[in-house]
Amino acid sequence: MLIYLYQLADNISFLILGSIGLAIIFGMMGVINLAHGELITVGAYATAVAAHAGVPLPLAMALAAVVTGLLGAAIEIAVVRRLYGRPFDSIVATWGIGLIISQGILIVAGPSMEGIGTPLGSIMFGDQTVSVYRLVLIAVALALLGVVFAVFSLTRFGVHVRAAMQDPDMARALGLDVRRIYTWTFAWGAALAGLAGGLYAPTMTIVPTVGAGFVVQSFVTVVVGGGDVVTGLAAAAAVLGLVQSGLTTFYGTLIGQVGLLIAVMVVVRLQPKGLSAWIRRS
Amino acid sequence: MYHKCLILHRTVGSLWTLLVRYPSCKAIVRITALALTVGMSCIAHAEPAPIKIGVIEDQSGDFAAAGTPKLHGVELAAKEINAQGGILGRQLVIISYDPQSDNRRYQEFARKAIQQDKVDVLFAGFTSASREAIRPIVDRNGQLYFYANEYEGGLCDSNTFVTGGVPEQLLTPLVSWLSKNVGKRFYTVAADYNFGQISGEWIRNLVASNGGTLVGEEYIPLSVSQFSSTIAKIQAAKPDVVMSLMIGANQTAFFEQAAAAGLKTPLASFVNGPVFYEHKKFKSPTFDGVYIAANYLEELQTTENKQFVERWRQKFPKEPYINQVGEDAYLGVKIYAEAVKNASSSDQAAVIKALEAGNVCVNAPEGKVCVDPKTHHTTHTVTLAQVLPDHSLKMIEIYPDQRPYWLSDAGCDLPKKRDNKQYTPSDPPAK
Repeated sequence: MLIYLYQLADNISFLILGSIGLAIIFGMMGVINLAHGELITVGAYATAVAAHAGVPLPLAMALAAVVTGLLGAAIEIAVVRRLYGRPFDSIVATWGIGLIISQGILIVAGPSMEGIGTPLGSIMFGDQTVSVYRLVLIAVALALLGVVFAVFSLTRFGVHVRAAMQDPDMARALGLDVRRIYTWTFAWGAALAGLAGGLYAPTMTIVPTVGAGFVVQSFVTVVVGGGDVVTGLAAAAAVLGLVQSGLTTFYGTLIGQVGLLIAVMVVVRLQPKGLSAWIRRS
Repeated sequence: MYHKCLILHRTVGSLWTLLVRYPSCKAIVRITALALTVGMSCIAHAEPAPIKIGVIEDQSGDFAAAGTPKLHGVELAAKEINAQGGILGRQLVIISYDPQSDNRRYQEFARKAIQQDKVDVLFAGFTSASREAIRPIVDRNGQLYFYANEYEGGLCDSNTFVTGGVPEQLLTPLVSWLSKNVGKRFYTVAADYNFGQISGEWIRNLVASNGGTLVGEEYIPLSVSQFSSTIAKIQAAKPDVVMSLMIGANQTAFFEQAAAAGLKTPLASFVNGPVFYEHKKFKSPTFDGVYIAANYLEELQTTENKQFVERWRQKFPKEPYINQVGEDAYLGVKIYAEAVKNASSSDQAAVIKALEAGNVCVNAPEGKVCVDPKTHHTTHTVTLAQVLPDHSLKMIEIYPDQRPYWLSDAGCDLPKKRDNKQYTPSDPPAK
């Protein structure tokens, strides 16, 4: 029984960590960021490179988040800034950025990089053993939700961001530097994607396509969650995680994947604005 | 050379025009003689046309790490053959495309290589899905095609030659050794497409014929990269050995996650290790204890292989690992060269006939490899090894001259009966 709970939590934390950056960039800012997977890849590579250079792992991950955040700011200033309110153009542009990043990594670093190994070993969990590091990931996922909630709901910056997203003209009229707020918000989203890449880097094969494995799950989680980052993400990850890990445990990985996508269709059909809109109403 | 001939040709041509205008018997004789000499010398001196090798192997995408050495294998073999004067005095040129691990691009480039570039031989395909995507195009055009890859076996195709190993060569010794020495409870985790499914059928049959039981199996989509529930299920089933056929960068994360979760069950494979070189990608001791059956490993200790590794590393110093499919591609080109020599022509039908003569063998880095004329597969030297905690390999056993017996026993006889199908143990050729 305990092992099923662990699998559920493991699944939910994967959905939360993989999509938290996208929830800000896509859910909040409305930019359909097809370079999300590549931002995760950048985070994974930055972590691996730093760790190979002898930087302690937690510090390497923090460094990766900063690097990816700076990259995100650069992308926003150079490209995305010009494309607000033009969702289809931003799809093509971010897709192109993604291709440039993954091909660039392939050219510079080759088709694969030596892994960094999962730290912390394993412990008995019920009558089975599980990786301690994955338990840490579960805790980090919950903590990050808390951090994002605090930043966007409790700080002045958060109020500014929400104001700028809801009514940019009014925010500008009240003296907010909306352009800067957009850049910062995009950088936050990118940094969280990079952090996800860093957090999962020890558990995966470090290749230029490593982030692609997160993309489908991230997008469906954000779509199901809707506009409100924290409540939407938490609710979507809980629902989808429950469906996927339940089906995976009893019917195998394939059925788990199929079930996840069917659940998405059902939710989007019943709640086109996502779970957070439904939560707010009820 | 070509240029000089063109000028001479033009000169002779203008002399002829003069002759037509001002006929004279002496002149006719002289100019005809000149024309003949020029013509003959041009034919004798013109560079013979090169032999074109088409290569479609993944250099980006999910399978880049495994596919890149395949292109390198072809390049190294071609360079060595060219350095010795080419085949029949003709140089080898490579026309290469990167299908980016995408089956649709495989089809697009296969059409391009066959119809536009008119390659003399095609080396293409990593996954069995990519091979099956291009095989109809190959067969429709009667293209001589080399699939330099271990795979699930059973391909009986008049145009296709396979230089990788098949389950009867790799899995048979592996499962029987494991049953004797490790235990009889098996569990299969495999990629969910034709390769994994058909290889899984082989494992089922081999486990049963060795008196063991298969306590579980799971087929996993290629896009999956998180394996907590797969690992938990394996732990619950308590097998003695896990047979792993995990394909691509996403799925090889399974080993990292299994090691981190403290899965102590020994793993065994004929792709994980030799093809995806997890023992070079992951930090030791992640891949510790894994049993490997392979027709090639960079670590093979023969003199032949040590020289091969040196030549390879000289040309490709940054290669992370010379993998099994890299050697399959290398020896495939050597086999092709041998057959062209025997046929005295690069005509594709003639080369296929030469390959079917039953006398084409090459000294590959793994040992002697011969083409089996009936099935268009090759014999292999198979090595059984185990990964040690520092990720070096302990060689356990060597099985020389493993024949691809199953397909010919089942009734595939290509020189006698043309065919283009793939058979499985549960779907053998009609007798």
